[in-house]
Amino acid sequence: MNIIIVGCGKVGATLAEHLDQEGHNVVVVDNKASVIDNVTNFLDVMGVVGSGASYSVLVDAGIEKADLLIAVTGSDELNLLCCLVAQKAGRCHTIARVRNPLYNEEIDFIKEEMGLSMTINPELEAATEMAALINLPSAIEIDTFAKGNVELLRFQIPENSVLNNMKIMNILTDLHSKVLVCIVERDEEVFIPSGSFELRSNDIISIVASHKNAIDFFQKIGIHAERSKSIMLVGGSTLTVYLAKMLEDSDIKITIIEQNKDRCEELSNLLPNAMIINANATENNVLLEEGIETVDAFAALTNYDEENILLALYANKCSKAKVFTKITRMTYDNIVDELPLGIIINPKLVTAHRILQHVRAMENSKGSNVETLYKLIGNKVEALEFYARSNAKLLGIPLEKLRIKPNILVCCINRNGKIIIPNGKDYIQEGDTVVIVTTNKGLNDLNDILA
Amino acid sequence: MNKSIILHVLGWIMCFEAAFMALSCIVALIYGENVSGLAFLIAISICLLLGIPLVIKKPKNKVFFAKEGFVSVASGWVVLSLLGALPFYISGQIPGYIDALFETISGFTTTGSSILSDVEALDYSMLFWRSFTHWIGGMGVLVFILAILPLARGESMHFMRAESPGPSVEKLVPRMRTSASLLYGIYVGMTILQILLLLAGRMPLFDAVTLSFGSAGTGGFAIKNSNLTSYTTYQQFIIGLFMFLFGVNFNFYYLILLRRVKDAFKIEEVRWYAVIVAVSIILIALNTGGFKGFLGSLHQSAFQVSSIITTTGYATVDFNHWPSFSKEVLVLLMFIGACAGSTGGGMKVSRIITLFKAVGREMSHLVHKRSVKVLKLNGKKIEKETLHSIIIFFITYMIIFAVSFLIISLDNFDVTTNFTATLATLSNIGPGLESVGPMGNFEGFSVLSKLVMMFNMLAGRLEIFPLLLLFSPSTWKQ
Repeated sequence: MNIIIVGCGKVGATLAEHLDQEGHNVVVVDNKASVIDNVTNFLDVMGVVGSGASYSVLVDAGIEKADLLIAVTGSDELNLLCCLVAQKAGRCHTIARVRNPLYNEEIDFIKEEMGLSMTINPELEAATEMAALINLPSAIEIDTFAKGNVELLRFQIPENSVLNNMKIMNILTDLHSKVLVCIVERDEEVFIPSGSFELRSNDIISIVASHKNAIDFFQKIGIHAERSKSIMLVGGSTLTVYLAKMLEDSDIKITIIEQNKDRCEELSNLLPNAMIINANATENNVLLEEGIETVDAFAALTNYDEENILLALYANKCSKAKVFTKITRMTYDNIVDELPLGIIINPKLVTAHRILQHVRAMENSKGSNVETLYKLIGNKVEALEFYARSNAKLLGIPLEKLRIKPNILVCCINRNGKIIIPNGKDYIQEGDTVVIVTTNKGLNDLNDILA
Repeated sequence: MNKSIILHVLGWIMCFEAAFMALSCIVALIYGENVSGLAFLIAISICLLLGIPLVIKKPKNKVFFAKEGFVSVASGWVVLSLLGALPFYISGQIPGYIDALFETISGFTTTGSSILSDVEALDYSMLFWRSFTHWIGGMGVLVFILAILPLARGESMHFMRAESPGPSVEKLVPRMRTSASLLYGIYVGMTILQILLLLAGRMPLFDAVTLSFGSAGTGGFAIKNSNLTSYTTYQQFIIGLFMFLFGVNFNFYYLILLRRVKDAFKIEEVRWYAVIVAVSIILIALNTGGFKGFLGSLHQSAFQVSSIITTTGYATVDFNHWPSFSKEVLVLLMFIGACAGSTGGGMKVSRIITLFKAVGREMSHLVHKRSVKVLKLNGKKIEKETLHSIIIFFITYMIIFAVSFLIISLDNFDVTTNFTATLATLSNIGPGLESVGPMGNFEGFSVLSKLVMMFNMLAGRLEIFPLLLLFSPSTWKQ
């Protein structure tokens, strides 16, 4: 597709990188020449310097032939204006980042009336992701497929777990747990395991399971899997407000620590049920006093990455809480990965990934069979969702009889909204949505998985 | 530096060169030139023997940054020339390897300076190879490879940057590969058109093809000792016209293909290019023919101006015999060169325009100390860095020119010969004045001077910096 990205900040650059990799023709627009230079030096994309809301600039960027315009500048109004101009100039689909909570309340109206294909609010997306994780405390990372019906849960096998030295095919027979192990990470290596693969302690594994089965499974292997009852949030940003609102319904005790007095009052007004503490979290004993040692979850959400990292390290040290760390700049992600920071939340990256999913889905309607594509585990593994059309060669054949290429696993079949976690006896029917995980790159069709 | 990936790229270059030579080998077959044909076969085998192992061996490390880009382009051109000289040398048509190398570099860099006093003594297949190197070198080998091979995205940008002429790379479309294919599409199309028009003017096929290659790449190897003087006025006119067209920024043709004719004619560089050409033609026609013979001398004037400003170097008249003023106009044109983004050499019109604008701004700044003025080209702001790099380019160009001029003068030719020989090689023109004039050649220079000129030709074609980086010790330090 021909895609124009307006705004070349972190989100824009991440989008450009992925979309370029996936074979789209990308044009980036930004009013700073140096930013454009940076991107065009490293990516095979065209750069145009100018305002994305200007008709002539968009014409230069090729709006007449564009299929999609993504407006991700820092300003909501500019983004919306870009989309308006783009629609009038070129009849393309448009995606706008709109983050002001004021607009967010009316986002459906805006989206409908302005004819946008998608609007995205980074803080809201990040909050949604966090809320999902808090509700399932032990899973380190959750990815959802099939429109939220299936969750891929990634966690580390504890020492002395029953899973140590257990073959994957024995999980069903010995533990009576219906879960499917999709990915195993051991040290630096990543495996897509077969049934005879033997698990060990400290392996990080990703499983697919229904909610009920997952909780049951976690209990059997000795991972504490109760819902969080209390959470402490440091920093009263928009993200905090979104998250607190989502959690309010699920009966969690929320403590928010914010230094600015006026902001505290606003927070109290917005979140009547939460406990608002006006204090500097990095000061002596504030966190201890508010009970950091006993909370189930802790999230460092201030505007400073460094402060968040320190807070998270501290929380990790003095409590057993599940820790979340907000990090905006990803320059040193290698180092950050090695620190015990719990789950890293990066609203910009979340935004980029949501948009990418949308673009992939758009492309699917244009003929490719990939519904969604997730990059997992530092891009080493892809999880792809395929729609089984009548031309698929594997329809009606039990999976155990299929000759599937190595390093590919069918991890879930969605049949008319019913999720099947497949074993060898299950088969794929026409109209199913099939999720596969693989370390092979470049699968474009369900038939590509056959050897 | 990531040497493994550079070697991989070099491997591809060798394989492509073998393919190019295969074409000349076919020509040898057609004309029944057994010795030359065998020479090509040997050269092809050497290219493949060296190239295939490098291509098969996948680079361990995929890191590819600006440094790797510059070094692989510069070393690629050196390798290309070293191997390209083999057929001449092996067949014995050019006995000395240094001379053969000079001829090949002159070909690939689209210079057109020759060390041959008797061109007609060469076999047809050798003449074809000589002209074909022009055609390949005109648009660039790596750009060609880029259009054909799917390369990693980082590599393509750095190749294009190091190989295409002009102060900054302007992509036509988002994808580098599509850009490269488009450029080559335009290039091939225009070359074929020229060949057809020449055939329509009853030129023999071999002449039409080789001369079209020479003008498309703005190279300038003639295939007759009399250069182009023996052709009909129509044939000369077509060649003159196409040289001019190949000196135009290729963005112009792309915009025309998109039917954005108005935008195409708005490109400032193309306008100035046309103005410079028109003014030079009129001045020289007046100078050589006077007011009475103005119309009569117009044809010769136009051909020579078009040939020199595009840095082709064909001649339909020995301009050594022209009045001093006309010769000096030609020398100035040699400095200017063609448009950026064309196949021509020289300093490029857009750089000259920018420098003039900068001078204008400086003058107004001296008078109005607090004045702030943004320099613009094509209505767009010229970034400070771009201006800076253009000035540095200009200075480096002059330094290289001065140093080469000095070294070449050791051969004890007259000043005009030395001056124009240096300029003709650095700007990729071909002929100079006096001994190296359009009817002369570069045979008489010493080996040292030839080596210097070879460096100049490569430096001129690759716009200096890739080559300087290749020979700078700091590039190779770990």
